[in-house]
Amino acid sequence: MSTARRILPWLSLLMLILLPALAGKFYIELVAKIMIMAVFAMSLDLLVGVTGLVSLGHAAFFGLASYVLVLAAPDQYTAVSLWTSLPLAVAASALLALVIGALALRTRGVYFIMVTLAFSQMVYFVFHDTKLGGGSDGTYLYAKPTAMLGGWSLLDFNNSTQFYYAMLGLLTLIFAFLRLLLASRFGHALRGIRSNEQRMRALGFNTYAYKLAAFTIAGAIAGAAGYFAAVQFGFVNPEMLSWHQSANVLLMVILGGAGNLFGAVVGAFTFVLLQDLFSSLTKHWLLLMGGFVILAVMLLPGGLTRVSDSWQAWRARMQGG
Amino acid sequence: MLAAKGLTRRFGGLVAVDDVSLELRRGQIHALIGTNGAGKSTLINLLAGELSPTSGAISLRGRAVLHGRPDRLARLGVGRTFQRSNVFSEFSAFENCRIAAQARIPRVWALHESAAQCRSSSGAAERALAAVGLTARRDVAAGLLSHGERRELEIAMCLATEPSVLLLDEPLAGMGAEESTRVLDLLRRLKLERAILLVEHDMDAVFAVADVITVMADGAVLASGAPEDVRNDPAVRESYLGDAI
Repeated sequence: MSTARRILPWLSLLMLILLPALAGKFYIELVAKIMIMAVFAMSLDLLVGVTGLVSLGHAAFFGLASYVLVLAAPDQYTAVSLWTSLPLAVAASALLALVIGALALRTRGVYFIMVTLAFSQMVYFVFHDTKLGGGSDGTYLYAKPTAMLGGWSLLDFNNSTQFYYAMLGLLTLIFAFLRLLLASRFGHALRGIRSNEQRMRALGFNTYAYKLAAFTIAGAIAGAAGYFAAVQFGFVNPEMLSWHQSANVLLMVILGGAGNLFGAVVGAFTFVLLQDLFSSLTKHWLLLMGGFVILAVMLLPGGLTRVSDSWQAWRARMQGG
Repeated sequence: MLAAKGLTRRFGGLVAVDDVSLELRRGQIHALIGTNGAGKSTLINLLAGELSPTSGAISLRGRAVLHGRPDRLARLGVGRTFQRSNVFSEFSAFENCRIAAQARIPRVWALHESAAQCRSSSGAAERALAAVGLTARRDVAAGLLSHGERRELEIAMCLATEPSVLLLDEPLAGMGAEESTRVLDLLRRLKLERAILLVEHDMDAVFAVADVITVMADGAVLASGAPEDVRNDPAVRESYLGDAI
């Protein structure tokens, strides 16, 4: 099984590389959107699965970055440069995460969930109730950012295939970065905090600083995802930073299996594809989605990436009982 | 090395630790005994920075210590173990010690350096496991170790941080005779370079290794001194040791 676990991410990467040659524009755009959500989900997994911090306000960082892209342009018909607007959007999200994290991380457990929710709702209402970024209606973004390099256009975001490969590159880059982070001493310390924070402090770890660093990194990565979501959709609205969005991404992490990054990617694919399938079947698709989530959590408590563990546990129970 | 002066801690109306002064010296095992509820664990929590005293002061190597920051104290060299085994259950014994040793390495941000290949923390972890005799069990998940082994791991994790002061909260509780002997031998070796505070209920063990004994009752110090003096102290005989010794 462990070899399968090692091969699966590479196999998935190969499939994603080949997809544009096999699928039509609709699926290319759908999978590009899923890859953005997968980056968003991985950033939350760093908090939920690795550090043990369940945040219900992660959409605030996703949504803020998309608004920064809109606000960075003088008007909605003028294209901005990727090289200035992306770092600006990511930095804004990281800064917001640093501030919210500094306050929220003084609480624990269910209070942490509530405080992150409260802060993200504050950000939501800033954009919902003021004229900033078009109020509750949001704003269209008619011109996509340009990526010029020495007079050449490196990437054309209006081209679905080019955008797709850019997102595949982003997904791979973030996945590799987080894998490296998890294998480092910093990553091991985060896992230690999840397991037993009191013990970590007694050993000499400043756990608050570690958690704040993780929260800020997660916020920055969520910001990158939010930025590209705005680029792809061509509009922003307050829904992008609503608590529904925070809950959706949390579901992706739980569905796929928290703590191993690949689970977040699998969760994002499952969640968005099912959303697509169910909403094409019936108007009441949320009912089906809810049913699926309940079944998945009951039958696969470790998430989809731990199917074999759940199966073995079930078999052991059957034989034992 | 570590000294407490007039340490008092109240929980509401209860005075858990009442005006306690003591000093831990390098080369000494300082045993702390007393009945359940005498305030021994509270005192350890105060010395380790886990709790802040209501009044009184703690100093390490002559310098005042800030309260409420156990991580800072640990980095300054005060290591502790817990009364109930407090380990990372899903990590292996070796990983428990390696993460403990990692607390000593300042380069937190070297994300490109793999923790598993970190020689200095791996080395410290191996040495700590060898010191308590757990080398053969290094790859077993801590949650699957026997009770006694988990107590040994608790000590090994503390050692992996290379502390100069050890605060041990009932390290022998639940250990078999063989394990206890091994740990006591270890403490005799460790004290050469370090100061050790030993909270323990096993009187035979205490009188076998302690250089200084402090007896607590109702949060206050009842007696303190060399083992023979404490053994013969009438107040201690009456209230605690009774006819047992």
